[in-house]
Order: sequence, then structure tokens, then C-alpha cells
Amino acid sequence: MTSSRLPNGGQIERAKSVGFTFDGRAYSGHPGDTLASALLANGVTLFGRSFKYHRPRGLLAAGSDEPNALVTIISGDVREPNVRATELEIFDGLAVQSQNRFPSLEHDLMAVNQLAGSLLSAGFYYKTFMGPAIGPLKSTRFWMFCERFIRRAAGLGKAGIAADPDRYERMNAFCDVLVVGSGPAGLIAAEAAAATGARVIIAEERPVAGGSLLASGEIIDGRNPAVWAREKAEALANLPNVRFLTRTSVWGYYDGNVLTAVQRVSDHKPNRTKGQPRQRHWVIRAGKTILATGAFERPIVFPGNDCPGVMLADAVRRFAVEYGVAAGKNVAFFTNNDSAYDAARTLSLAGIAVTTIVDVRPDVSGACRDIANILGAELLLGSAVTGTHAGKSLSAITVQHFNMTTGRISGAPREIKTDCLGVSGGWSPVIHLASQAGGKPEWDEDLQAFLAPEPNQNWVVTGSAAGYMDTISVLSDAATKGSAKSRLVLPSVEAPMLDSSPAPVFEIEPAGKSQKAFVDFQHDVTASDIRLAYREGFHSVEHLKRYTTLGMATDQGKTSNVPGLAIMADIRGISIPDAGTTRFRAPFTPVSMGAIAGERYGDLRPHRLTPMHDWHISNGAKTYEAGLWHRPMIYGSHGETIEQAYTREARAVREGVGIVDVSTLGKIDIQGPDAAEFLDRVYTNMFSTLPVGKARYGLMLREDGIVFDDGTTWRLGETQFLMTTTTANAGPVMQHLEYYLDCVWPELRVHLTSVTDVWAGAAISGPKSRSVLETCVTGTKVDNTALPFMGIVYGRIADIPVMICRLSFSGELAYEVYSGAGHGTRIWEALIAAGKQFDIVPYGLEALGTLRIEKGHVTGAEIDGRTTAHDLHLGWMLSKKKTYIGSAMINRPGLKDEHRLSLVGLISLDNQSINGGSHIVSDKTPREPADSFGHVTAACYSPALGKYIALALVKHGTSMIGKRAFATDLLRDKHGAVEIVSHHMFDKDGSRMHG
Amino acid sequence: MIIKCPYCGPRDVIEFTYQGDATRKRPDPSSTDQNLWNAYIYDRSNPAKSHREFWLHTGGCRQHLVVTRDMSTHSISSVGFARDSKHAGDQ
Repeated sequence: MTSSRLPNGGQIERAKSVGFTFDGRAYSGHPGDTLASALLANGVTLFGRSFKYHRPRGLLAAGSDEPNALVTIISGDVREPNVRATELEIFDGLAVQSQNRFPSLEHDLMAVNQLAGSLLSAGFYYKTFMGPAIGPLKSTRFWMFCERFIRRAAGLGKAGIAADPDRYERMNAFCDVLVVGSGPAGLIAAEAAAATGARVIIAEERPVAGGSLLASGEIIDGRNPAVWAREKAEALANLPNVRFLTRTSVWGYYDGNVLTAVQRVSDHKPNRTKGQPRQRHWVIRAGKTILATGAFERPIVFPGNDCPGVMLADAVRRFAVEYGVAAGKNVAFFTNNDSAYDAARTLSLAGIAVTTIVDVRPDVSGACRDIANILGAELLLGSAVTGTHAGKSLSAITVQHFNMTTGRISGAPREIKTDCLGVSGGWSPVIHLASQAGGKPEWDEDLQAFLAPEPNQNWVVTGSAAGYMDTISVLSDAATKGSAKSRLVLPSVEAPMLDSSPAPVFEIEPAGKSQKAFVDFQHDVTASDIRLAYREGFHSVEHLKRYTTLGMATDQGKTSNVPGLAIMADIRGISIPDAGTTRFRAPFTPVSMGAIAGERYGDLRPHRLTPMHDWHISNGAKTYEAGLWHRPMIYGSHGETIEQAYTREARAVREGVGIVDVSTLGKIDIQGPDAAEFLDRVYTNMFSTLPVGKARYGLMLREDGIVFDDGTTWRLGETQFLMTTTTANAGPVMQHLEYYLDCVWPELRVHLTSVTDVWAGAAISGPKSRSVLETCVTGTKVDNTALPFMGIVYGRIADIPVMICRLSFSGELAYEVYSGAGHGTRIWEALIAAGKQFDIVPYGLEALGTLRIEKGHVTGAEIDGRTTAHDLHLGWMLSKKKTYIGSAMINRPGLKDEHRLSLVGLISLDNQSINGGSHIVSDKTPREPADSFGHVTAACYSPALGKYIALALVKHGTSMIGKRAFATDLLRDKHGAVEIVSHHMFDKDGSRMHG
Repeated sequence: MIIKCPYCGPRDVIEFTYQGDATRKRPDPSSTDQNLWNAYIYDRSNPAKSHREFWLHTGGCRQHLVVTRDMSTHSISSVGFARDSKHAGDQ
């Protein structure tokens, strides 16, 4: 392939060379090249295959608006797909693959899709695959069969499956003024803002500042505009109040003037320095945002417009001026506005021949004619390109007369040889961020483009993003927008007098059969797809977008949006603003997930360990996670199954004594003169009558009458209580109480403190538990008189102060011993040592569960957000002497309905275990679907009863007692007979714990 | 969104928990008017204009705030402690 590199020019380092591979083949370029410019310099014009039809595609643009040249970067096992070749800076060792081609870019088998082109038009998938089965080739099932083939044939790059080895960082930044873009507008606006002393951040998506100045043929302050821009940027970056971020794309605009940006810190380097991230994600909170984001050139839609070699006029100029690369040897232009003449002029300055300028307008200004004359280019006015000829890339164009008022083509086609066609269909200000911020874009008739709306947050738009298309007005607008009091002396500008207002021509529509005319290159949407959408009733832009997928590719229609709308507006015979436009969404350009995640990946949950955790582990505990807590499940011995272990532990509690870590219970310290009154309102039962030194079991409802939480609350003093909550509800209960104190009863003098982590708790249970305490507790008696049921005493264990409350979850004589969290393990070990002579056994959650199931005590499995106090047989706790949260709603008919599920016990009749979650049915054999009249909430083997038992919520629960039913679990293939019994399955009168 | 907590200063919304409509008034606790209670518990207004709502500064001072926020633009016009608020209280 021949080199297209110009002998001189460009902002690349010609003295150095950089080696890289594209589809396995080695190429070289220079530092400063993008992949696009380096390949183009090497004579490569084919960059990829299109999304649906697998058409050969070359470069259309030179920047972030590029729809065609998407590539995959390969680095070991890691692939990064859909990177725009026009933004990818090359470095030594860069390896890149083209996409959506098989087996190779040059010889693509899927290009047969082109032959089936008319089948694959808009709505093809819906029409062919969705809906009921009518005939063999029409149904959702058919789609499911075809999907894998279609997915392979259509699409973009493939994502990798290897873990991303790179490091990403996140930054939060604050500034008075954020300037997005550093073209002429951004630089001057930033300079004006910085002069006021404001803290300024400038974000530039490209490696260097300058924007349009980098490829401009104008002269600024007597100098090359790229040099002027570089000096201006350096001066700004040196100011103490300015932070200049290059390679940084601002991709999102959110409420409160929060903007998000991605900085490509080391994507352009072969090796990262130690600790350097690949990318850095910025969240910038700006006092004011200046959007100096420039404008994107639009293509004109005409037949054959996707042929490699057909590019945007500005892109042809940029490759020549910025990178010293000739996109063609004999370049033609096709335009509806003056800016292509400036591109042609600049191209000629770079030493590239411009042969022809095709202009849809019947007449052009003297300045334009002068340029054509000087260049020696043939000027074809009132004409349009109506076709292209290509082998692998463009060889000739067809030009015909064109009447822009009627849109009619006439005359004999004339063939003009050219290897590159620069197209300009006018300019669309880049208003994506403003649109994201919430404003509705406004149509500008002069520019034939949408402009940013009135700001709804503190932002301004300046430069070509605001519709100023010549450098002089861009600079003066930017100075004012940067600071209203700006006294900047603006530079002089030498530029031809051109007018970028385009003629309102978006599409050249041929009369007869012609080549495809593409609107959205990345999603392969043609002008005829838009017409088809119209014929099939999809008229609104929102429908058009979704039916044809116009503008829904990764480029979000940067080049296709306005032409697509214009075509639909034309068909409907309405104006473009009446057709409306869709709102732009974040991100402006694709953002890697890694950058957003930053260092937040893997297991992000905190792990909560109790003070005695290490003891549990070193004593054989198998733990599992209960919420964020790690809790012992069982303390296993060799050769024991889980069931054997918890059975052994639970039996030890019933027959001797056991000890369990209860530090995870939620604990809230409640103090204040109105603490008792507060608890009376929060709990269904009375707490103001509770004597100091006693605890009481309490039940809380939600405002709607459903049970919220339960637990014991201890009165430590006249105005001080210690509330315990279930482990899982510690946070929600705290929030619930805070809400009522702050928002509903602010007059109550009560203060809440979460003390969950302050106390370590150990429950010792079993008939011998009192003996254990008697052995080790000093400073207090623990006999039935000193420490009756629900009593509280203070004493010492191992000379450490402890608080002991006699309460029972297991149904046995039991005590909870609380100490400062730092002493937890010492107290625990002292209790174990004291219990040794009584064969004390540590038990885990499984045994705890078993003991409570035997007793019919409820936990979160039964307090499931649907059950009432009556459902759980806790109606006795609902005070009739007072009101409380939920009291107004508990008597609603739905909550008293006799058909409600209520708590019962189950006993397995076939001596088989019962699965948690099983449904209660009346069918003897498994049947699907079956009428379920309840479900199992918890199940275990009960050593006390010698049977498999369960708790269940069953319809008409109480009246079902004594009846037989079946617990069925179709998922785990289990079905067995059970007897419905009272939920109090063991020690119904509670004599054991009161003893 | 940034909420200017009167105690902690301006903080990102991520630190706060939304706690619902602050314009509701809890009925008198002894009231048995089911319609009144139904409205309090289940009805929430969501006007496309300025609205008062409770936010709990969960990751900060743990105070409930009354935030007056325009529901269509998210702009916040005032923030105060719920405890100081006039509408709070039912007894």
C-alpha cells in the first residue's frame, strides 16, 4: 500500500516512529497519530464492516463523532471493544482488531446480508419474530431459534470475558467554573473566568488544547492558530487557580451542576508507571459550567454515501492539517454551505489537490468563487452527488443537476473521478450536555440546527456550541460568557469572509432505484428505512427512533440525528422543530464500567464480627452470614453432620447448659424524661408500668397495623431504657424511632443512641445455667428471689462489671450476660470455664433456631411484613388502654379476616425432614399446580420431641390443628405428610423457663 | 443533588435517606376515622412543583430534615430540622 503521509505538516513527531498492529499486520506511525490517521497514512481505507449489512466502511469523521471506525483493543486476554479509531492514540505495541467481520475485514462472508438488504429493513425483527405462531417462520419461538445466528451476524465488537487487570481511580472535584472544551471558545472563556480569580477546571477530550484551531487555515495574532492555542493553554495551565485536564471527556450532566468526566490517564502509553491508573473518573461540582463543546459537521444523505473515501469535509481537513495525511490525492467536496470552501482552501495550503466542489446552492458568494478559482477547482453549482463508484474505496462520483427548492434531480449524470469526497451538510452545535441537563433544544432556522435551550441550571453555552460559527464572534462571545466583566484584549483573526449557514438540504433523494443512502452509519439506518417507518405509522420522533434504531448506537446519532429528523419532517410536510427531537442521554461517549466502579469492586459489604468471633473460629465454629454479621452456625466436631451437631447442641441446652453469642442483637439506648411515654407509643404493650430493674418483651407494629419487630426492653432507670431489636432490624428500628421523635412527636424529650456495638452479649441457657452463674458471678445473688424471671442485676465476672437479665428465647431457664464489648471474650471464656463442670456446650444459630421452633417463638421468618399480631398469636400484647403506632389500623376487616394465614406447628408424619418454604397442600401426591393454603417458615429436627418439626403460616391456622396435610416442595422434589399442631410444640405452659 | 444540612453543611444526596412526604399530618391517635388514617398511611402527593419532604441525614448527624424541593427541577429552596417544623406533632 502506498503512503498517504504528506511530506511535511501536521502536529505529529515525525522524528520518532511507533509500531502497532491492526488485524495482526504491523504498521508504523508517529507519536501524535491516532489509529485512524496512522492507518490512513499507511494507505488503509477500510476500517470495519457495518452493523447489519456488513458493508465495507471507512472513516467518516476525525473525532468522537466517528460512527464507522470502531475497533477492539487487544491486550493479552483483555479486549476493549468499540473504541473509536479516531480517538485512539497509538503507542508502541498497540494491538487492534477490526470488528464485525468474518473471517477477515477484506473478505467478509456476512456481506451476503447486503443481498438480503430489503429483508433487513426497519422493523424486520418485530415483523418476523414477535407474536403468536402463525406459520413456521413467524413467532417468538422462531426468534429464539434464530437469535444466536443473528446476534453473531449483526453487532459491534465482542466484550471480553477476562477480568479487567487495570486500576481505576475516582476523584471528586469542586470548582467555581468548569469549562468543557478548549477550542477557541473554551480557552478565552477560561481565561476570562480565571482572570476574576475563580477556581477553574478545563476539561478537554483530546490530548491537546485547541479544538478547531488545530486544523484551521486562519491566522490568529499573526501566528499559526495551533501554536496560538498551545501557548494560550500553557499559560492557563500555569495559573494557580486553573486545573487543565486533557484526554478528559465530560460525559454526563446531572442535577445540582454535577458533571461526570473520564480522564484517560495512561491509555495512550505502552506501560503505566507504578501506581498510575488506566483512567480516572471525575465527579465535578461546578458553581457554573461553560459549555464550549464546539459543533459536529453533518453529512448529507445521498446514494452511496457510505463508501470508504466519502468523509466529512472537516475530517479531510483535520487529517491533512493535524496529522499530515492526505485522505485522497484528488479531493472533491460536496456541500450546502461555505465551510467546505474553507476546508478546501486549507487542504490546498497543505498541498492536496482539490479538483471539484459540488454545491447544492444555485449561487454562492464571491468569497467562495474566489477560493474555487484560486484552487483551480471546478465549481458545480446547483448540483448534487447522486452516486458513488468504488472498488475497495472511492474511485468516482456521479453528479447531476439539483434544484434545492423542489429537491428534484435532473440532467444526465456526469462521472467525476476522485478518491476522496469531503461532505458538509452544515454544523450541529454539540448541545448534548445541555440537553442532558434537562433543557429542550431550540431550532435555529439560520443554522438549520438545534441550539441549547434556556439554562435550567447554572450553565452557559459559548462558541460554535452556541451557534457562533466564525472565529471572531466565537472569541468575543466566549470572553463575555467567561466573565461579564471581562476586559480581555481579544486576538486579531485573519480569515476569509464565509458564512456557515447551510441551505436547508439534508438529503438527495433519487427518483428511481439507486444505491442505499445512509442516515445512521453505525446502526445501518437508511433514508428508505425512515420512509418505511412513516408508511407503517411510526411518525413521532420517539417512535421513529425506536422502530428504526436511528441514533441508538454507541455514537447516539452524533452525525445522524438532524438528517434523520429532517427526512421525517419532510415526509410529514412539517418543519423540523415541529417534528421535535429526542433528548440526549449520558454518556456523551462510551465510558468503561471500570472507570465508574473505580476501586469499588468485589465484595463491597462490610463484615461485622462479634467481639467473640475469634474464639468461635478457634473452637470449631462454622459460620454463616446473617445480614452483614458472621455468626456461628454450629460448633462442629469430626464426622458430625450439621443436623447431628445442632441436635447435640440443642439437646445439651435442654438437658444441661449451653452458651450462645447474642452480641448481634440490635441495642438502642433510650433516655429522657419522656422515654417511658415514648415506648408506650412505640410498643403495643405498656412500658411506663415496667419497674426499674425489669425487662419486658415488646412488640412493635407499623403504622398500617402489620407487625414490625419484637424484642425485650430493659428499664435501667426511671428515665433510661435499653431496647433490644432483632439482629436484622437493628437499623430499620433505629430509623423508625428517629422518624417519630423528629417528625411526629418532636415535643417528647427523648434521646436515642445506637449501642449495638458497645455491648457484648452471651446467653446461657438450660436447667444448669443458674449454677454456672453462681460459680462465677460476684457482687450479686442470682437466685430466683434476687433475679426473678425478667429481672436485671449488676455484678462482676472475672472482676469485670456485667449486667445480667434473666430472659429466655430457648424456653429454658436462661440469662443474658452483657459486658463492654472489649471484655466480651474474657467474660465468654470465664463463663465457659465456670460451666466446664456442668459440661457447658457452645451453640450456634442452628441450635438457637431449633430451640425457638420447638417453643413456637417468632423471628423474621414469621414477622415477614405481612403478618399481624393475631396471626402470630400475639394478640394478647395489644394494649387496649392506650394508643400506639398501628393501633388505629389493626381492626381493619382485612386484618381480622378469618381466612388469614396464622402460625401453627407441623410435625412430620413420615419421619422425614420438612423443607423451609414448602407449601401446605391437601394433595396426597405432588401435583402442579396445587392449591397452597400455607407455607413453612422454619423447620428442624427437634431433639426434645424426637421428630422433624416446622413452623408454618396456614390458612384458618388454629382451626386446622389436629388435621393432616402435606408439605410439598416441588423445586426440591420433596412431599410429605404432616400433622398441624399448636405452634407451642414444647413446654406449653413455660414452666421450664420460670423454674 | 446536594442537600444543605443545617448541622453538617452541604452534603451529597448519597448521605441521606428519603423519608417521604412531609405535608401529611398524622391523625389524632385516638381517631378511628379509617379514611383519615388511610389517607395518612397510603396517600402520597407527587406534585410537579415545589414540595416538602423528609430526609434523614443517615450518614451524618442523623437528624430528619424538612427539604423543600421542586419535584420537576430538583432545586432545593429550603432545608430545616424536622423538629423545628411547624407541621410536625400530633398531640
